[in-house]
Amino acid sequence: MTATLENPSTDAASVGEIPSFDVTLRIRRYSPETHGDEAYWQEFTVTAYGTDRLLDALHKVKWDVDGSLTFRRSCAHGVCGSDAMRINGRNRLACKVLLKDLNPDKPIVVEPLKGLPVMKDLVVDMEPFFASYREIMPFLIAGGNEPTRERLQSAEQRERFDDTTKCILCAACTSSCPVFWTDGQYFGPAAIVNAHRFIFDSRDDGAAQRLEILNDKEGVWRCRTIFNCSEACPRGIEITKAIKEVKRAMITRAF
Amino acid sequence: MQTHQYDVVIVGAGGAGMRAALESSKRTRTAVISKLYPTRSHTGAAQGGMCAALANVEEDNWEWHTFDTVKGGDYLVDQDAAEVMAKEAIDAVLDLEKMGLPFNRTPEGRIDQRRFGGHTRNHGEAAVRRSCYAADRTGHMILQTLYQQCVKNDVQFFNEFYVLDVLLSDDLTTGTVPDGQEVAVSGVVAYELATGEIHLFRAKSVVFATGGAGKIYKTTSNAQTLTGDGMALAFRRGIPLEDMEFFQFHPTGLAGLGILLSEAARGEGGILRNSEGERFMERYAPTIKDLAPRDIVARSMANEVREGRGAGPNKDYVLLDLTHLEPAHIDAKLPDITEFARTYLGIEPYTEPVPVYPTAHYAMGGIPTNILGEVLRNNTDTVRGLYAAGEVACVSVHGSNRLGTNSLLDINVFGKRSGIAAAEYAMGADWVEMPDEPEVGVVAELERMRTLPSGERVAHVRRDLQNTMDANAQVFRTGDSLRQALTDVRALQERYRHVSVQDKGKVFNTDLLEALELGFLLDIAEVVVVGALNRKESRGGHFREDFPDRDDAGYMKHTMAYRRPPATGDRPHSEAPSGPGTSAPGTFDIVLDYKPVIMTRYEPMERKY
Repeated sequence: MTATLENPSTDAASVGEIPSFDVTLRIRRYSPETHGDEAYWQEFTVTAYGTDRLLDALHKVKWDVDGSLTFRRSCAHGVCGSDAMRINGRNRLACKVLLKDLNPDKPIVVEPLKGLPVMKDLVVDMEPFFASYREIMPFLIAGGNEPTRERLQSAEQRERFDDTTKCILCAACTSSCPVFWTDGQYFGPAAIVNAHRFIFDSRDDGAAQRLEILNDKEGVWRCRTIFNCSEACPRGIEITKAIKEVKRAMITRAF
Repeated sequence: MQTHQYDVVIVGAGGAGMRAALESSKRTRTAVISKLYPTRSHTGAAQGGMCAALANVEEDNWEWHTFDTVKGGDYLVDQDAAEVMAKEAIDAVLDLEKMGLPFNRTPEGRIDQRRFGGHTRNHGEAAVRRSCYAADRTGHMILQTLYQQCVKNDVQFFNEFYVLDVLLSDDLTTGTVPDGQEVAVSGVVAYELATGEIHLFRAKSVVFATGGAGKIYKTTSNAQTLTGDGMALAFRRGIPLEDMEFFQFHPTGLAGLGILLSEAARGEGGILRNSEGERFMERYAPTIKDLAPRDIVARSMANEVREGRGAGPNKDYVLLDLTHLEPAHIDAKLPDITEFARTYLGIEPYTEPVPVYPTAHYAMGGIPTNILGEVLRNNTDTVRGLYAAGEVACVSVHGSNRLGTNSLLDINVFGKRSGIAAAEYAMGADWVEMPDEPEVGVVAELERMRTLPSGERVAHVRRDLQNTMDANAQVFRTGDSLRQALTDVRALQERYRHVSVQDKGKVFNTDLLEALELGFLLDIAEVVVVGALNRKESRGGHFREDFPDRDDAGYMKHTMAYRRPPATGDRPHSEAPSGPGTSAPGTFDIVLDYKPVIMTRYEPMERKY
């Protein structure tokens, strides 16, 4: 049947068919308003297709089975940072996990981020996270007179802090950190990443102030180099390396 | 219910909202209300850059940028607004650099620039390097930088608050308020997602910066949250919507998924090919080929597929070829979009071409404003204290087709302008009396929807809406397809009256939120389709196969769509509730009018590239 190969449209039915498979989600739910003060587990089985993300499966549950299932999401392709959650024990963005990459024989365990107060189902209170971020002065502090045109910066100087400009503040790193779990006062990796982004920006003059803040007992020295954060980052930022560079800058005052 | 009072309230915390907030908050007491955390806004998904005639890498000037914008919009652009935007683009980019935005740099350390669709040297001679960029993350950097500045300036945010009504001194929906009569805004009603509580914000100025409405379509680059909220709220209060039939379909969405792959891929040398490997854009736009404006490229792609030259097992997409580019160059300039191809389609762009197809991307139309950002309630009168900026607005700098990068420019230039204008107006204005119990309509509609014991699912009505819009009101349109879309949308509006939510709680009820958003989508889809049906010509992003030519004699004018009481007999009047939060068919008609296009320098010409 070489004809089929030369003229695939003769077999249109099978060509158009997209393989589907069933997945079971085991979701940690919490809704004091309707289900009491205890969190509980609930399983849902939905049909998925080849390119479906975990977010698509969550939507199928919400849209077709149980509208009360609650989670944040927006862009659905890994740039807005809304849908960070624990998926099979690891912090991930639900929109960047493809179902076909997970083991279909076992339920996919979905939980809210750890270390932040749960508000409902997979939604956590992000305020403590953003409060730490705000504390490290995450904005350019430039002294001197403002130039008429742009400030000059070489490509090499720009490259120095490129990695940490990618942060989308999803909290996957901070809420994967065992130090943060045991001590919510710790600034956490995301805040340090954003400090790094300015400390190593050649246009910035606020490094000394930020290092002072991060030299605090809840600051950068709490990091135990566990690497959970680097592993969790959906943007592939080398977070542990960034933290190490901030530690070194604190000692050498070279940045 | 809680009551708040601010001089200026800004609705939306994407690029336009935060740019407005930075101006307004340093002048007067300002609050920003946003349904998302600011850094979740879809400005962050923009990729390729922001054009400004900095002339850092080659000769350029703002007049060329103005011309390209006017021509790119197929001459439906208001030329005074385009000139403002192109001129102020230069300072807008420099402002961002001074705020700390990490632009890519030239060897001399200046802001680097690259080519982008429709941006040319000397009125169309060749592609020009005008787009200032930060890899393919320019929108991300703009959003982060603006948020950083908001943190620095202690801007007050109400995050995950959802605005559900805008309060005006007069009821414009009756259509009986005389021209010239003063109408003013007095505040907004908002819903706090975390608690379900209603908040009343009294304000002298209100700035709408709520973004677009891409979710009327199934295949879209837009976020789940882009549901036309601001457009629909204004429309329901009797404010017109301008040029809504013009929707941009971005040529390079990941096939089947709609995820955006920046035009920067072509700016950096990427080539579109059909199943035969042919660089087909050479046939459609001989001079600038793959860098023709988006409407032309999207139509060309759709045409290749229709004529059987599509790639893939179903011949339903074309290919974006980057394989001739150095992997190091791809990594440096296009890291995110190549990552999208790997993550979502399992394609390695170094060695394989990427399947792409047009994806619903941008609403050229919106709430009409003048160049200060003041909202128009007809062709000449503004609503005092009410402003709009960004995708929700129609200035109109994009006309019938927006050039790539001009949206990031729009939000910065007109976000800044509207923030300044809103603050200055508020500082000199008196408080406007609010209506009695202004929250009653919103509360009644929320409670009705939340407590309706059973009914059709929100998601099913939305899915049917998105399917008919994709099938009947996309790149190619005909009178028949649009009439089908209109019939479908009106039937869906009827079904919408009976949708019910399963989540009956007050805490973080996103089920209810989606139901409200669906109401907005249904309103906006109807305006898009009615406008498209009425415009019997092809121009920019609006292509009618039954009227394939541009008709300047008949349609060189902006469409103005108004929500007005139903004319007798035209549409059946139903007894549906008529609060501001409802979208019940029969409770209103869409009445169309026109507004002249402002022309200053450029006479309309045939649009060739």
